[in-house]
Amino acid sequence: MATAVPTDFTNQVVFTEETATFSPEVIEEMRSHLTKYPEERKRSALIPLLFVIQRERGYIDNPGVNFLADFLDLEVTDVWETATFYSMFNLRPVGRHHLQICKTLSCKIMGEPEITEHVCNRLGIHPGETTADGKFTVSLVECLGSCGTAPMMQNGFDYYEDLTVEKVDKILDSLK
Amino acid sequence: MEIKAIGCEPLQLKRVGMKDSHTLKVYQETGGYESLKKAMNMTQDDIINEVKASALRGRGGAGFPTGMKWSFVPRQSPKQKYIVCNADESEPGTFKDRYLLELDPHSLIEGMLIAAFALGSQACYIYYRGEYRYLIDIMDKAIEEARAANLVGKNILGSDFSCEVYTHTGAGAYICGEETALLSSLEGYRGHPRMKPPFPAIEGLYASPTVVNNVETLTSVPQIIEMGGEAWKKLGTEKSGGTKLWSVSGHVKKPGVYELPMGYADMEKFIMEDCGGMRRPDKKLKAVIPGGSSVYIMNAEQIIGKNVTLDYEGLVEAGSMVGSGGFIVMDETVDVVESTKNLTEFYKHESCGWCTPCREGTDWLVKIFNRISIGEGRPEDAQLLLDICDNIEGKSFCPLGDAAAWPIQSAVKRFPEDFKKWLLNKTNDNGYTANV
Repeated sequence: MATAVPTDFTNQVVFTEETATFSPEVIEEMRSHLTKYPEERKRSALIPLLFVIQRERGYIDNPGVNFLADFLDLEVTDVWETATFYSMFNLRPVGRHHLQICKTLSCKIMGEPEITEHVCNRLGIHPGETTADGKFTVSLVECLGSCGTAPMMQNGFDYYEDLTVEKVDKILDSLK
Repeated sequence: MEIKAIGCEPLQLKRVGMKDSHTLKVYQETGGYESLKKAMNMTQDDIINEVKASALRGRGGAGFPTGMKWSFVPRQSPKQKYIVCNADESEPGTFKDRYLLELDPHSLIEGMLIAAFALGSQACYIYYRGEYRYLIDIMDKAIEEARAANLVGKNILGSDFSCEVYTHTGAGAYICGEETALLSSLEGYRGHPRMKPPFPAIEGLYASPTVVNNVETLTSVPQIIEMGGEAWKKLGTEKSGGTKLWSVSGHVKKPGVYELPMGYADMEKFIMEDCGGMRRPDKKLKAVIPGGSSVYIMNAEQIIGKNVTLDYEGLVEAGSMVGSGGFIVMDETVDVVESTKNLTEFYKHESCGWCTPCREGTDWLVKIFNRISIGEGRPEDAQLLLDICDNIEGKSFCPLGDAAAWPIQSAVKRFPEDFKKWLLNKTNDNGYTANV
């Protein structure tokens, strides 16, 4: 449910015929996803595989999409169609640590505004921006299912819950 | 955060608090997979009838009777049948399934296998919201453990029943909690809902008969088989069987996941005593959203001294709905115009864009809230919001549109003072003076 970075991707993606290459281990991992679905329904693996592309390439880029289209016997536009719908797919590079602060109601009334302000002040950026050294991106996102331990944020796939300003400081210090 | 049962023996939360509750060993030591064995000695009709007798209703939000949903599946069809678990828990205020998936993954596997046996299915998918990646790792391990014990895979427990259980990830889209959008997403497409009919029971995943059930619905199934549908129903009320998990967040002392028998009395006691009362004792209760963000917001007068029972009928009578059971409790520091704006932004962001009333309507609602929030609201804006809601509610392709309209309709009606404060008694920059 990440709002992540601006997704007006046609202005940002450099279209290319180039196809990404991956190590045999990554190819093997991708093949293992295909085993979950009927043979003629390979497209089902598209979302799990886009996550692999994002992990390996840093974001969903055109060479990665070209690779997936070949791999799954799809059109390039099929892959873009799905990739651009889901907010967890970044269509532009993000920082090494993508801090996603939940802004929906329970977090909002439990102190999200203070957390966001503190994180942004410390990093010197606004939500949606990346620090100059490429280390941090901050995004405001919709409910991540952690309302009982609000306020919260997610870094990559890690949840940080029951946040306080002090706790945020410790977390930011610990992230390399 | 609290996780406990109140007013009943823990059923859903039976293993919570036990060391290594997620392992097969602990699951089996506490009676796990016995219901599967029992079910495999029953006929398919008997299993479905037990689930019908239990009065179990879907715990995802819509509350559709589960036994009836199962009975719609054409079991004689030569097509593969699919059991799909909806673990796309995204309704703001709801976080119960997360703890079931983390602390008791085998109960979901067992529930799915019983459903698969009853409906003649050989493949189950669990669709997780993308953010719950760590839960997928837990479940994958649990599935492998179960496979090693011949509980998943070919010829389960030496019988001729074979069934696979797979995990699948979404990637951040609230709409994928709607069952047909979930199926589109599981097929690798954008998460657009599909036209019904045909219902998923007839043409669901890969155009095959499919049952889509919430996590908590499926984890109830082993309990129902174990104790019998009638006995399970008696834990709750005649029309709302069993126990239910409630997620509680916001301004209470003890937020958490609580298991209550259906028909628990009453809502005021639950908030003021069981959940520890208001977080800041000097602040009064102002509003409660009892069923996840999509249901009608309630004001304190509808709760205090009204003996509202917590079940499907009780909450409807009180003016709201069970929904997904996500309580968001708000004290008097909350401005309901601002809280409603927050939720409207959520629905705008999550509208899939498929149909016009929802896509355009939620956008206009946010625009109006934006102008209200910078002090440029007009007296007629309350009515304008309601008019737009009227044009979304019941006119959108799927229930997301209704979900966007209901919080606003109820907020305007039940918190007129908050709206008056923003819309009246002020002069804005255009020199427009509102009068009461």
